[in-house]
Amino acid sequence: MAGWTGKLLRVNLTTGKCASEPIPDAWLREYVGGRGLAARYLFEELDPTVDPLSPENKLIFATGPLTGTSVPSSARYMVVTKGALTNAITTSNSGGAWGPELRFAGYDLVLIEGRAPKPSYLFVYDDHAEVRDATRYWGCGVFETEDGLRRETGLPNLRIAGIGPAGENLVRFACIMNDKHRAAGRSGVGAVMGSKNLKAIAVRGTQGIPIADPESFLRAVWQLRRQMNENPSCHAFGELGTAATIDMTQAWGGLPTRNFQQGQFEHYANLNGNSIRDTRMYRNKACFGCTIACGRVTYLGDAWNKFLVNTHPRNWRVAGEGPEYENAWALGADTGVGDLDAVLKANWLCNDLGMDPISMGSTLAAAMELYEKGVLADDQVELPLRFGSGDALVRMVEATAYREGFGHELAEGAKRMGEKFGHPEVFMGVKGQEFPAYDPRGFQGMGVAYATCNRGACHLRAWTPGAETSGVFPPHTTEGKAPWVINEQNRSTAHDNTGICLFVAFAGGPIESLVPCTAAATGVPFTIEDFVKIGERTWNLERLWNLNAGLSRADDNLPKRLLEEPHTSGPSKGVVVRLEPMLNDYYASRGWSSDEGRPSPEKLAELGLANL
Amino acid sequence: MGFFVRWTQIMSTMFEVIPEKCTSCMQCELACSWVQTGTFRPSRSLIRVHVFDEEASYAPYACTQCDEAWCMTACPVNAITIDARTGAKIVVERLCIGCHLCTIACPFGTIFTTPETGTAAKCNLCGGAPACVVTCPTAALVSIEQPSRGGWFEPWSDLVQRRFADAHSN
Repeated sequence: MAGWTGKLLRVNLTTGKCASEPIPDAWLREYVGGRGLAARYLFEELDPTVDPLSPENKLIFATGPLTGTSVPSSARYMVVTKGALTNAITTSNSGGAWGPELRFAGYDLVLIEGRAPKPSYLFVYDDHAEVRDATRYWGCGVFETEDGLRRETGLPNLRIAGIGPAGENLVRFACIMNDKHRAAGRSGVGAVMGSKNLKAIAVRGTQGIPIADPESFLRAVWQLRRQMNENPSCHAFGELGTAATIDMTQAWGGLPTRNFQQGQFEHYANLNGNSIRDTRMYRNKACFGCTIACGRVTYLGDAWNKFLVNTHPRNWRVAGEGPEYENAWALGADTGVGDLDAVLKANWLCNDLGMDPISMGSTLAAAMELYEKGVLADDQVELPLRFGSGDALVRMVEATAYREGFGHELAEGAKRMGEKFGHPEVFMGVKGQEFPAYDPRGFQGMGVAYATCNRGACHLRAWTPGAETSGVFPPHTTEGKAPWVINEQNRSTAHDNTGICLFVAFAGGPIESLVPCTAAATGVPFTIEDFVKIGERTWNLERLWNLNAGLSRADDNLPKRLLEEPHTSGPSKGVVVRLEPMLNDYYASRGWSSDEGRPSPEKLAELGLANL
Repeated sequence: MGFFVRWTQIMSTMFEVIPEKCTSCMQCELACSWVQTGTFRPSRSLIRVHVFDEEASYAPYACTQCDEAWCMTACPVNAITIDARTGAKIVVERLCIGCHLCTIACPFGTIFTTPETGTAAKCNLCGGAPACVVTCPTAALVSIEQPSRGGWFEPWSDLVQRRFADAHSN
C-alpha cells in the first residue's frame, strides 16, 4: 500500500493492550484520511451520548496520506473525539512534527479507549507500542514532560504529544500539545486525554512512506511549490506571521474587543505582526515540511522579570513560540490587554500548561465583563478582573490551569461560568465553544460559518473574511454567503483529510493542487469532484453524529449580542448578524431538513451514507 | 556566519550551510531520504537538522567531505573512494563489509550504518546536484563556487585511489 500505511494502532488503556489492525480499504477511499476517517471510526464505535470525560469516550489521532511527505506543510494531524467543552464531535488540528513521526512509525491512526488505572504514557517505536508509567511526569508542564521523556528513553528524536496540568485537572478547554508549542487546541481534547490518565504519546518512527507514482508525485509537489513561491501571501505569512491579520480585521471593524462589546481595539498596533517581529521575535520556525514557516520564536527580552507567577518564578531564557493571531486577539484585544509582553507571557503559560488560549482569553473576557458590571464581587475573585489588566491576565491563566480560586470557575469555559453566575449572555460562542477572532458583525459570512460548524465556533472550516474584503461579495450582506460557506466547508474538510496545513490554501495552493499529489501518492485516481464529495460526506457524517449526540438546530445559533446589539462606532457600526435568512439558505442548500437540520435520505444516499 | 562543506577539489564547488536561515522544516531530510530509499524516511537521511529548542537554533549538518577523510583512511577494505566528478567521498556498497570503523573514525558523526544491509552510508553530494540544496525553501543550503584549497592532499589521494583500484580488481 502506498501513500497510506493502512494501519491503525488501537490502545486499550484499561487493559494496557496495544494492537495494530488494518484500516478498511473502502474507508480510505471514501474519506482519504485524517478527520473523515477518524469521524467514520467514531461513528462506528462510539455511542454519541457518552459523557466526554468518561472512560467510554474514545480519542483518535489521525493523519492523512500526505502527512510526512514532501508536499509543503505536510505536518498536520487531527484529534477527533467527543469534546469536553462542546459535547459535539471535535476536530482539533495540529502541526509540529508529531503527525509525520506517527506515519514514519507506520500508523495512520491511533485510537485510544478506556482509562489507565494510573498516570501513563504511550510509547511507540515503529511496531513496538506499550503503555508505560508516567507517574513522575504527572503535574509537570508540557516542556518539562517532553524533555523528561526524551531523557528517559534516550531518544533525542522522540516526538511527543501530551497534556499539561490543565488537561490533568480537566480544564474544559485543555489542549493536546506537541513539540512543545504546537497545539491541537480547541474543544477540550486535552481534558479527554487527562480523563484517560494519559499524559503523553511519545513516538519514534524509522520507516518510510512509499509513494505509488513517484514521478507524478514530484511533479505535482514542485508545481505546488512554485505556485506558493509566486504567491505574495505565502511570503507575508513568513514575514509577519498570522498576527498580521489583526490589521485587516481592525480595518474592517471585525476585531472583537472586550468580549465583543466593540469591533475595534485601540491598542491593536501593539499586538500585530509588525510589532511582534520588530520587538519580540527571535526567528521563524517551521512545522515539519513547511515552506511557509509562519511560526514565531519570541523572547521576553528586557521584560524578563515582568508578570512572574507561582509556577514559573523565572522566565524562560530564550522563549517559546507565538503569539499567533488568534492568541494575540484572545489574550489581547478580547481582554483589552494592549501589552504585548503580558500577552506573550500568557501565551507561553497556555502552551506550557496545555490550554487553548482562544477559550482562555474569551472566558476571562466574559468574567471581566461580569466583574465590571458588578456581578462578580471583589471577594469572589483573587484580583480585580478589569479589562486591560495584564497582571490579571497572566495570573488567571495560571489559576485556571490549576483550578485555583476563581480559576476553578474559568476552567469550566464561558458558557458554564456565565450560567453559574446567572448571566449566560456573556458567553460568546457556539455549541459551548468560544468564538475565534472574527466578529460576524464585521463579516456576515462568519456568522453562518460559526453557527453551522460541527465542532462549535471555528474560523477554519470556512474563512469568509478573505472573500468579503477582496470584493467577492460585500462584508455586510447575506446574499450568497450560505452556498459559499458550504462549498468552502466541503473543500476545507477534504483539505484537512489529506493531512496538509490549511495555510497552503491561503497561500496560493488550493485543493486543486492537492488532488494530483494525493492521487500520485496513493495510486487512487482522485478528481476534484471526488474531493468535494469527500468533504461533503465527512461534513454530513459529522453532522449525523452530532444529531445523534442530541444537538439540533437550536445549537446552530449565535449569542444575542451579535444578533441584536450593533457596534456604535467603526466600519461595522449599526450592523447586526442576520443569521436566520443565511441559516435557512444553508439548510436548504445542504439538503437538510429545516427544522432540525437532519440530512435528507436522498442526500445521504447521494453521499453513500444511506445505511448509517 | 556559515560553515563550509568541502564539495570537490576538481569542480571547486561547495555547498554552504547558513544556519540563520534554517527554519527546521526538514525538507532537506525528506529529499535526502527520498534519494537514498525512494520513500520519505528521515531516519535514513544523511543530512540531519539539529534542533536546539532552548537556543532557538537549527543547524542542518551533513558530511563535510574532509580533505583528509578519516573514514576513508580507516576503511580496511578501501570501500570508500573519491568521486572523480565531484570530489565527494563515496561508499562503494559492494565492497563494504559493515565493520563500522568509518563511523567510529568520523569526528563529525556524519557517516552512518544502514541497518537493513549493515553497510556504511554517507553523503555523496548526489553526483553534483545535492537534492537537499535543490529543495531548501529558505536557501539555508546553497551551492557556491570556491577556489581550490591547494594540492597537499593529492599524493595521498592518489595512494588511496591506487589501493582502491587494487581492491577493485581483486
